[in-house]
Amino acid sequence: MKQLSTKVTSNAHGQDSSYFLGWEEYEKNPYDEIKNPNGIIQMGLAENQLCFDLIETWLAKNPDAAGLKKDGQSIFKELALFQDYHGLPEFKKALAEFMEEIRGNRVTFDPRKIVLAAGSTSANETLMFCLAEPGDAFLLPTPYYPGFDRDLKWRTGAEIVPIHCSSSNGFQITESALQQAYQQAQKLDLNVKGILVTNPSNPLGTMLTRRELNLLVDFITSKNIHLISDEIYSGTVFGFEQFVSVMDVLKDKKLEDSEVSKRVHVVYSLSKDLGLPGFRVGAIYSNDEMVVSAATKMSSFGLVSSQTQYLLSALLSDKKFTGTYLNENKKRLKIRQRQLVSGLEAAGVTCLKSNAGLFCWVDMRHLLDTNTFEAELELWKKIVYEVKLNISPGSSCHCTEPGWFRVCFANMSEETLDLAMKRLKEYVESTDSNRLISKSSHERMKSLRKRTVSNWVFRVSWTDRVPDER
Amino acid sequence: MGSLIKSGGVSGAILSRIATNDQHGENSEYFDGWKAYDKDPFHLSRNPHGIIQMGLAENQLCLDLIKDWIKENPKASVCTPEGVYQFSDIANFQDYHGLKEFRQAIANFMGKARGGRVTFDPERIVMSGGATGANETIMFCLADPGDVFLVPSPYYAAFDRDLRWRTGVEIVPVHCSSSNNFKLTVEAVEWAYKKAVQSNKNVKGLLFTNPSNPLGTILDKDTLKNLVRFVTRNNIHLVVDEIYAATVFAGENFASVAEVVKDLDSSEVNVDLIHIVYSLSKDMGLPGFRVGIVYSYNDSVVSCARKMSSFGLVSSQTQFMLASMLSDDSFVDNFLMESSKRLGIRHGVFTLGLKKADINCLISTAGLFVWMDLRHLLRVRNSFESEIELWHIIIDKVKLNVSPGSSFQCTEPGWFRVCFANMDDDTLHVALRRIQDFVSKNSNKTAEKASDNDQLIQNNNAKKQKWKQSNLRLSFRRLYEDGLSSPGIMSPHSPLLRT
Repeated sequence: MKQLSTKVTSNAHGQDSSYFLGWEEYEKNPYDEIKNPNGIIQMGLAENQLCFDLIETWLAKNPDAAGLKKDGQSIFKELALFQDYHGLPEFKKALAEFMEEIRGNRVTFDPRKIVLAAGSTSANETLMFCLAEPGDAFLLPTPYYPGFDRDLKWRTGAEIVPIHCSSSNGFQITESALQQAYQQAQKLDLNVKGILVTNPSNPLGTMLTRRELNLLVDFITSKNIHLISDEIYSGTVFGFEQFVSVMDVLKDKKLEDSEVSKRVHVVYSLSKDLGLPGFRVGAIYSNDEMVVSAATKMSSFGLVSSQTQYLLSALLSDKKFTGTYLNENKKRLKIRQRQLVSGLEAAGVTCLKSNAGLFCWVDMRHLLDTNTFEAELELWKKIVYEVKLNISPGSSCHCTEPGWFRVCFANMSEETLDLAMKRLKEYVESTDSNRLISKSSHERMKSLRKRTVSNWVFRVSWTDRVPDER
Repeated sequence: MGSLIKSGGVSGAILSRIATNDQHGENSEYFDGWKAYDKDPFHLSRNPHGIIQMGLAENQLCLDLIKDWIKENPKASVCTPEGVYQFSDIANFQDYHGLKEFRQAIANFMGKARGGRVTFDPERIVMSGGATGANETIMFCLADPGDVFLVPSPYYAAFDRDLRWRTGVEIVPVHCSSSNNFKLTVEAVEWAYKKAVQSNKNVKGLLFTNPSNPLGTILDKDTLKNLVRFVTRNNIHLVVDEIYAATVFAGENFASVAEVVKDLDSSEVNVDLIHIVYSLSKDMGLPGFRVGIVYSYNDSVVSCARKMSSFGLVSSQTQFMLASMLSDDSFVDNFLMESSKRLGIRHGVFTLGLKKADINCLISTAGLFVWMDLRHLLRVRNSFESEIELWHIIIDKVKLNVSPGSSFQCTEPGWFRVCFANMDDDTLHVALRRIQDFVSKNSNKTAEKASDNDQLIQNNNAKKQKWKQSNLRLSFRRLYEDGLSSPGIMSPHSPLLRT
């Protein structure tokens, strides 16, 4: 008899993917300005480290929240005992208002429709458990966050069918791509239960256009399926355009109290906007009472620590703080992104025009030997080992076109980013000159490298020393 | 609810079976007691005739020690001026291995809670969303949908949800009876195992809570050894939920399965089959902080559970604080000693008070509750209807929320789990007085009617009082399961929970 469950032995957790493999290399040789200046710079981590000082300043001015006190009185005992899966009411209220503020107060969020979860990792999985049976499918536009393979499929038994997006139109979702994905699911005998999008997108850093949002809402209306909008990056929009949430679109189409609105669910988290991934704060927002009810019960498996809820309820209730924070966050992200983009440009590398997120979607197709994923992996290996930058290859995000890479910019200092760009520039320049020198020896090396790459990928796929991140 | 349209055609936007079935167990009638409590919660001064909550297995006896430690150690918080220099690193830390210091501190605490008789390897400590998350995770690792786990009854009611709901695993109870003080025997397990196998069930393992919830008893080491030998012989798993390990207040030492693993020869125990679930919710009284632990001797399970811990990591803010607290040896040693002492005293006062009312409890040496024998008060002996009737009387007339044995799948009517560690001394005495009054009333039928009327009048007066809660309105929100299907309302909680 098989001793362990199939989940243990399957690799549906997705951690054998190259996305996580670069981590291992980074961990072995991490860059440090002083202690290891030649180490690998981590650019595969979508963290927001730009605004901690703002939170630290707030903490200094708000000792009560820090000391588990309210109006000078200790509430430690109440917090220690508080495990109500409805969550701390003040926290949900503050979270709802924060979500509204991010959307320019154009839409409202009812705290009673919020279900807390241990990060959006848990929120997404919980939604799957609520909406899909094993064997049901959700359609996801590619490229998408590699962690979805685990979060949406692993323990739920649900399937993902990709909606192929291409660089020809900036990776936007088209109607034909949507239809194709739907039909593909049917061919595979999968029951499509809904669509899941990340907006703003990871890894693209772009926002869904109104056209795309309308398309999605119309599509789920006609097919009578769900739409999950993971808006975890909603507070990282730094461009001139406003963030348009699916909730905006429902409002504009006057569908707020409609039957369709019950099938639209938003996922949120404080991991990206506030840069607090360690605190494990995720949320599901749904207009469907049954979903809220079921998800609330399921949140028992991953509640938010009461200590954390209390701290954040105080933080987010301070409107002066939230207003300042959101503005400052935008400013700093914009500057940092510009720094990355110009650095890339100086290396002759362009990226998809983006106005959100903590990363850029970088076009390195011209650096590939061939237009293949093998070549992409080869290039990636060089960038990790020779250029000493850990970036994420597009194939790990299920991109259909080789040569794209996600490069993060908000998880390091300006100086480190500068250095990273210098290294890249040097590499590109040396590669260019090498190309001119020897084309034929290059061909010879290619086949050798191919074998080496596949061996290497096989060897490292049994690792589990993988930090979890988005 | 509804049929599932499965075809190549339109799927329908119906929800999953999991979302719409009753397998979460919260729609049972057992939440009546909670509803009643929520409507009329006891307060020593403001609502002295309200219902006293004795259905909640919380440990409130030593929170003052923890509070004091936190006050004296501001560096342990990343939010205080002394600790804020760590804020960004900790806030950023989401590695599912957990903070090394946290794992070491937990391993240290677990060892001390077991009297130092065994040590735990920090590399095997895996986080989860409370023991609730830990139990579900271990099921996901060990079993597939349709597989079976044997669970001795009476058992913690929420196992029905935690082990089965989203995993699809089945529970087959191993019924224990009062004839031998509900002791779990190898024979009983063997019998249940054979029977299950004969009915073509795929039994993956045995799971039980030790010390027991709801019994408060600990399993003797010999039986534990024999159970380990049994699972090894039959190549099935053993999961021991040791969430109440440090609530032992009397009698012989608690023998953790970790000790047995250490003691037995490798030919007698296949360690790949042994797993422990732990949490700080009971031993330390910190259910709000959501600290669950999966500890397995099986490397593949550790690896898998660790990946799954992504779905319920412990907040790094909490990890950081506890890392500091639980590596403070003098604090831990004192805490464990004090906790044991206070629980022992509380248990003693309560059981003595019950004896005065001619009420006996199963002899127990651990836990935050007693397993009360009210079989003699059943209107009809051996009847579950009578048990439920009696239960409603206890809620409505005696004004205590207790948990009926049937909610724990007990096969003998008349047993009730009554918690004693979630209130102060005064409240406990009020509860005892009420019980004593009720019992003496019962034996004097004529007096009963008159005092019932008095009680009714008192109740009405009490209800007219305005209930002013603390600003934070937390005391009544500690209840965390609600049996109502309408969401968003702060509803009462069912007794089917990690209490």
